[in-house]
Amino acid sequence: MEPKVNILIVDDEEIVRESLANWLEEDGYEVEAAENGARALERLPTKDWNLAMVDLKMPGMDGIQLMDEIRKARPDTIVIIMTAYATVDTAVQAMKKGAYDYIVKPFNPEDLSITIRKIIEHQKLVKENLYLRKELKKQYRLHDMVSKNHKMIEIFELVKTVAKSSSTVLVQGESGTGKELLSRAIHMESPRRDAPFVTVSCAALSESLLESELFGHEKGAFTGADQARSGKIELAKDGTLFLDEIGDISLKLQMDLLRVLEEKEFRRVGGNQLISVDSRIIAATNRELTKAIEEEKFREDLYYRLNVISVHLPPLRERKEDVPLLVEHFLERFNIEMGKNVDGVAESAMRLLLDYGWPGNARELRNVIERAMVVTKGRMILEADLSIPQAPGVAVSDGRGKSLSEMEKEHICRILHENRWNIIRSAQVLGIDRVTLYNKIRKYELKKETVLNM
Amino acid sequence: MLRKLQEHLEDYLSLAVRITGNMPVPGGSFERSRNQYNSTRILREILRETPADAIKVVGIVDKDLCIPILTFVFGEAQLGGMVSLVSIARLRQEFHGLSPDDGILFERLCKEALHELGHNFGLIHCHDRECVMYLSNTVLDVDRKQSIYCESCDAALYGKTEPWRV
Repeated sequence: MEPKVNILIVDDEEIVRESLANWLEEDGYEVEAAENGARALERLPTKDWNLAMVDLKMPGMDGIQLMDEIRKARPDTIVIIMTAYATVDTAVQAMKKGAYDYIVKPFNPEDLSITIRKIIEHQKLVKENLYLRKELKKQYRLHDMVSKNHKMIEIFELVKTVAKSSSTVLVQGESGTGKELLSRAIHMESPRRDAPFVTVSCAALSESLLESELFGHEKGAFTGADQARSGKIELAKDGTLFLDEIGDISLKLQMDLLRVLEEKEFRRVGGNQLISVDSRIIAATNRELTKAIEEEKFREDLYYRLNVISVHLPPLRERKEDVPLLVEHFLERFNIEMGKNVDGVAESAMRLLLDYGWPGNARELRNVIERAMVVTKGRMILEADLSIPQAPGVAVSDGRGKSLSEMEKEHICRILHENRWNIIRSAQVLGIDRVTLYNKIRKYELKKETVLNM
Repeated sequence: MLRKLQEHLEDYLSLAVRITGNMPVPGGSFERSRNQYNSTRILREILRETPADAIKVVGIVDKDLCIPILTFVFGEAQLGGMVSLVSIARLRQEFHGLSPDDGILFERLCKEALHELGHNFGLIHCHDRECVMYLSNTVLDVDRKQSIYCESCDAALYGKTEPWRV
């Protein structure tokens, strides 16, 4: 059945209210009438009014004033102003203030029928459109992640299911694909959402620091441990412990972690007391763990403990259809954060974004959009606002005869130097995360002096 | 013509139909500036004069009707209420500059009377162009529709008239 259409008639003359109500009711509309503006305003909250037919001249509040109030209280309600005395001035004023139509009594019945049907049809379309947009967004959205890629949507569905359990999850994917966002989403979808979500970046710390970071320590456990401290595992009590870059931890810590997973309890560094663990563990890595197992750099038993539920996030280059969606998502967010009013991305700029390979994945795209929104002067982001590496052939430095990794090493060196080894800023410029940058620094054995000597 | 209408309604609706005495058109319903009669005011008067045993009352009037907001109406009814009104003024061929034709007039009157009675029994306008409950804003609309209810309006009406059918 079609939803009821509600019409409010406001006129000080009883005969007008009654006759118009009779006429509209014959057409199947739900009609109520009010004799003045004040009474009409009382009625406003009681129903979802599709249409208000308001007389222009009424004692007290006139039709235009009432229309203002209606538009404030119920912006979706369409207002038609009715009058017996037409003047161009009032008509212009009514239309300017947002009346949908201005009708002069008496009105041809056929025209009134058509006008009302058009209004109802228009409203139906607007509502349908809003509903469909919402539905579309719902399907593509999981907390702070958006996608219309079928693999990603499958992952979103999986997350919603597994979140309810306490199983360990292993999230794999390149840097910037959203491993931490996905882990947060799992946490937020889980019954643990009100307990803490604790992140440990395993790659950024040395073995001993990471050990104390994870397990905490007792006073005097090592030089400088002048106070007892709880570790991240304890802090994540009843919540979720997110172990980022799990592939980078030492074999000793792998062993310790395996014990925690198996025994559900642990000791602080230098402590004797067993502390029980009831947090969910989500581990993430951008490394091929199976390869690391072959190379005996990663314990196979730990891998199976972690890999109860496995999620593999595809890189952005394999889901290019998400670029416009992500761009819209970031625009929306930065518009709010920066108090800006950027409407979108110009077609040529979008083409550039679609052509680019996005080695830093969605995070790199986010950084590019953030920067573009800072520098753009207009309401649209243009090609010139985008700082993405030039297309091949227009490379800044001459890379002939050099291998890709040599080029990468040099490029990273230069950016680090330019940013005085500020890791956060350099990672942003490179469009990679800090952890990846640390990894590259280690891989290429870069040191501050090396750069200075260049 | 009223007698023929009585027979037609009786046959078609299977309800007892009676012609009451004449009622003068209420003087207060005349709108001098428009040279028309206010149908809502007439409807109010009919309601006041309704016989005690009547279920529904249809007034037939030979005056051009209007309501304040519309230039004219063919008739008016209280939806689900007791009374309705049909004007034959605009149903006459001569209103449109043509020669009088009682046959055409009668057919139009039947349609409009069934239409207004339909409203009194709670039916609203039908989307079927040929159904008598289709909203007619012109005499062309009236001529285009049939003098019967469509299947779904008929079913709804049948349910509503049940207690009084003969």
